[in-house]
Amino acid sequence: MNTNFPDIPASPKTTFSARPVTLRINGNPVELNVLPWVSLLDALREYAGLTGTKKGCDHGQCGACTVLCDGERILSCLTLAVMKEGSEITTIEGVAQDGELHPLQKAFIEHDAFQCGYCTPGQICSAIGLLREGKAETRDEVKELMSGNLCRCGANTNIIDAIMDVKNLSAHE
Amino acid sequence: MTLIPSIGQPVSRLEGYQKVTGAAKYAGEYKAPGMLYGYVVNSTVTKGKITRFDTAKAMSLPGVVEVFSHLNRPSVGKFSLQYADMDAPPGSPFRPLQDDEIIYNGQPIGLVVAETFELARYAATLVEVEYATEFFQTDIRPNVNSARSPKIGMATMLKPPPPKPKGDFQKAYDASFAKSEGEFYHSTEHHNPLELFATTTIYEGDGKLTIYDKTQGTVNSQLYVANIFGLKYKNVRVIAPYVGGAFGSALRPQYQLFMSVMAALELKRSVVVTLDRSQMFTFGHRPQTIQTTQFGADADGKVNALHHAAIGETSRFEDYTEVVVNWAHMIYPAENTLMQYKLVELDVFSPLDMRAPGGATGMHPIETTMDDLAYKLKIDPLHLRLINYSENDASLNRPYSSKELMQCYLQGAEKFGWDKRDPEPRSMRHGNKLVGYGMATGIWEANSLPARAEMILTKEGKLQVNSAVTDIGTGTLTVMTQVAADELGLPMEDVIFSYGDSKKPFAPIQGGSFTVSTIGSAIKAAAGSLRKKLFKKAASMKNGMLKGLELEDVVFKNGRIELKTDPLTFVTYQDIIAENNNEPIKALKFSVPNVLKLKKYSRATHSAAFVEVEVDEELGVINVTRAVTAVAAGKIINPKTARSQILGGMVWGISKAIREETITDHRLGKYMNQNLGEYHIPVHADIHELDVIFVEENDDIVNALGTKGVGEIGLVAMPPAIANAIFHATGKRINHLPIHLNDLL
Amino acid sequence: MNNFDYFRAASVQEAIGLSVEEDDAKYIAGGTNLIDLMKYNLTDAHTLVDLTKIRDHHEIQELPDGGLRLGAFETNAKTAWHPLVEGRYPLLSRAILAGATAQIRNMATNGGNLLQKTRCYYFYDANVPCNKREPGSGCSAIGGYNRIMAILGTNEHCIAVFPSDMCVALAALDAVVNVEGPQGARSIPFADFHRLPGNTPQLDNNLQEGEIITGIDLPANGYAQNYSYLKIRDRNSYAFALVSVATGLKLEDGHIQSARIALGGVAHKPWRDEAAENFLKEKEPSVPVFREAAEIMLAGAVGYEHNAFKIELAKRAIVRNCMMALNPETQVPGAGPSL
Repeated sequence: MNTNFPDIPASPKTTFSARPVTLRINGNPVELNVLPWVSLLDALREYAGLTGTKKGCDHGQCGACTVLCDGERILSCLTLAVMKEGSEITTIEGVAQDGELHPLQKAFIEHDAFQCGYCTPGQICSAIGLLREGKAETRDEVKELMSGNLCRCGANTNIIDAIMDVKNLSAHE
Repeated sequence: MTLIPSIGQPVSRLEGYQKVTGAAKYAGEYKAPGMLYGYVVNSTVTKGKITRFDTAKAMSLPGVVEVFSHLNRPSVGKFSLQYADMDAPPGSPFRPLQDDEIIYNGQPIGLVVAETFELARYAATLVEVEYATEFFQTDIRPNVNSARSPKIGMATMLKPPPPKPKGDFQKAYDASFAKSEGEFYHSTEHHNPLELFATTTIYEGDGKLTIYDKTQGTVNSQLYVANIFGLKYKNVRVIAPYVGGAFGSALRPQYQLFMSVMAALELKRSVVVTLDRSQMFTFGHRPQTIQTTQFGADADGKVNALHHAAIGETSRFEDYTEVVVNWAHMIYPAENTLMQYKLVELDVFSPLDMRAPGGATGMHPIETTMDDLAYKLKIDPLHLRLINYSENDASLNRPYSSKELMQCYLQGAEKFGWDKRDPEPRSMRHGNKLVGYGMATGIWEANSLPARAEMILTKEGKLQVNSAVTDIGTGTLTVMTQVAADELGLPMEDVIFSYGDSKKPFAPIQGGSFTVSTIGSAIKAAAGSLRKKLFKKAASMKNGMLKGLELEDVVFKNGRIELKTDPLTFVTYQDIIAENNNEPIKALKFSVPNVLKLKKYSRATHSAAFVEVEVDEELGVINVTRAVTAVAAGKIINPKTARSQILGGMVWGISKAIREETITDHRLGKYMNQNLGEYHIPVHADIHELDVIFVEENDDIVNALGTKGVGEIGLVAMPPAIANAIFHATGKRINHLPIHLNDLL
Repeated sequence: MNNFDYFRAASVQEAIGLSVEEDDAKYIAGGTNLIDLMKYNLTDAHTLVDLTKIRDHHEIQELPDGGLRLGAFETNAKTAWHPLVEGRYPLLSRAILAGATAQIRNMATNGGNLLQKTRCYYFYDANVPCNKREPGSGCSAIGGYNRIMAILGTNEHCIAVFPSDMCVALAALDAVVNVEGPQGARSIPFADFHRLPGNTPQLDNNLQEGEIITGIDLPANGYAQNYSYLKIRDRNSYAFALVSVATGLKLEDGHIQSARIALGGVAHKPWRDEAAENFLKEKEPSVPVFREAAEIMLAGAVGYEHNAFKIELAKRAIVRNCMMALNPETQVPGAGPSL
């Protein structure tokens, strides 16, 4: 005999009511009514209507769900919306300013740094975080610190080219 | 000013803005009022029967709407034929929730539908299932004795059986001056596109559905749904403008489509079903294979005996086949050949075409055996390929429509610096690391299929081009826009290519590197028809400058029809439409490859891959530090997106050679690393210098465009080139993939 | 994943109070492992007590004895890149940066890093026996696919490995773990923090019910001159170690005054061996000497069907990493092998 998930208690704990969570998403205060078990990723995609942030594994193993939380890149699938009360969340939808694409967005297009596009929002948000951290100097360091974002299409070299371009550009400014 | 043709320009992807801003929406990202969320329940055993399927606890949760299973599934198609799709191998396709039989581990056995995603996911854990289990087999290795020939069916058309034996292989091999043989094992692999499989079915009422599906064929999904659920084709619309990678996994409709549609029809509400990552390992995979080779050559290095045998895995319900053993003789013209291909039935889901199916599998043994032969002959591996170069396809005794493989070898070797290679294994070093150079040949078929395309010239002077085809990230939108623009002599901005919608003119599934050739040819056909119509109208215009002329006298460029001999004699498209009472002019054409002409030729893309590896001598850590792939793939419509396709293939080659594998515990009959943490696809830190060369190749036979496709050719030569480089670095010939660091300790 | 009640604690004391009052409460900080486990239905909580808004225990501060205190709630990234850590405990910085990814290190906390669960395939599959998940059910890894499993300190109950990189460095550095709980505060030497499987493979460490890690103290000697962290894995980044080694050497007049070697990826806890370290004392550093130390360290190793290679690999990794420690500037991003 086999049963699915024998260890999980059957008593449903859905009685805990949804609670308002206020996040600043892409500069705007957004109040979401969510139960504690809603991940930040699902809160963005299913409750805030921002599907630009992608779900590729839901377990912190691909990087597609990368967003910036108070300026730092994090995985939105491995945190809960309720834990981010008051935080400033930047998603891919908030990266361009006043219709002007971010230099990384432009560089990604120019370098053909994506094919299917599914890992792209995570790659770009991650690269923004990387540049802000300022810890990667060499190409090898950029590759290592971007390794949290998988690309199954194999656009790796183009992605790193795009990031190096922007990095070198900002270094010269 | 004359417009520069779009074809050949490195145009950036037209959907780039949508993809870098998050505006591109994928199948599971559409919302509808009152939409429900489905979560699939999967079998935890490998074979047997469901003896109890208790939904009481799940159904007791407020917000859980229904739990579907074989017990309460609505009446749907029962016959295998209704489940057959465009890519179905011979056999009886899997029918979800059909009965209590468990035929593989992870089989979908239920669907929980609830008001929220979280609730559906939780309720799925409360479904209590008991099974009566039965004996199963999932390992190909102890079952080779049961290998048998595959059944023949419709899908066999694109997958020809092995060529007939030639001469007397055994005798020739025994008498060969140099011999090389090997036995090869490849692990199971899973496609693992980054996007999770998802279907959103919008319930429109009146028996109508709008379905956003993750698919490589909108029409394929449409027919599948209509056939199973007894709906009219016109009432089922499948839309897939963005597909987050597929690599073959979406060539067949997957079970989330069935589940989503079933629930929507039964509950009369819109339903989204998204699989989780572990469920991405519960349908279709590259099969595990065992292969053997025996190649013999004379003292001059001329290969005179070729034997390649492969045993592939298939399911108990379908005969999935690949073209694994046909390639060697397509490349090397030996007089004595013996090629064999067999299947072993196991208790797994049917394998499914995965990027360069068969080619990626077969080329590794072929090209590592050639490498080994080169060592035995003391001939440079590249030189051995040149000695055995053939302009013809010896396996079928016919010429190639074009073959610039020689240039791939020469230009690739030059760019890579192959002449700096010391032939002695373990002779090259970089610090603590052994350096190895390896090379291999690549080949992939250049096919095209029938398709339809529509062109509409509007009164604004815009060209609307319609096809049901998808763009799975290959650049179809951009490339087809380029083709259409040049056909009518318009700038790309004036062309709108609408695609990814089953309502548009018929397109086959997208795969096998045949999409550009297939849809491009259909567009060319439609354009020819449109040009005729436009010219007819122009020539009939009362005071028109082209009055009385013939179609041969004019060209279509710069948004107008011009007299060839005098560009100042012209009629603009807008004037033609105005003449047509401002009604758009349309052309719809079905293009079919000229089979009679094509069957006189073999059509293939070729490549040569050159690879440098560094292997840490003591620790075995392998890095592919440098690789050059030179490709002959006919006309390259867009060098930028085509280069990306080759780069992607090369990364896949690296992954196949030294990274990815699905690990099976055969005691349990299940895959143990069903996640992206332990299923290792390359990270950025794994990918070093990659270079692509497109050699010039003109082909006016293969199709009207002269294109051959670039989706697979970047992959096939890389695994053997890497394995050969590892041998050169270490002196160790590892014949199973992936090669792990511990293989080199 | 079941739903749960959620409380945000303002202080450690409040958190401990909540954990006592509420049934089946679990603490959450970075969440990078807990949420993963909850989504796989491998763990469950009636109540989650969020520690991330507690203001204390975030800072990296110098201790009067010359050591350093790492706040338990500080992130792995901020710790690794803190000037005091980079300058005085570069081995720790390297080890942290070899683990997970930039995003995960931005979330994961120092305390949480110590509490990671194993990545054993069979632990992660709720449908197969696993003594760690369900004591007494058996170990599926022993007769299964055990390439990634342990070679030291195993027994018939469990051959899982502890996955942290940071902890390998903390073990080498002789850190001390400060905890607070319903019974008050206490300090646990790092070697005593994690456990071997013994008869209770379900227990990964010696933390008591309701206890919270508040900080990690590093002794004054950070082996900042000669150190190296080497991680051998199946891809260059974003993968757990097959074998990892943290080495700190203190050299004087060309001789080893003291040596620290800790192994990751080979046991149920970071692996230290005093005999090996003592052997190195007063020796001149060389490949044969390090090889001898490696032989001592791996003397009790037992390989299983697929992981026996780890024994030789670990020995070679020890030698290489000790050599790298003599030239710490040669270390490469991702902690791969250099020289």
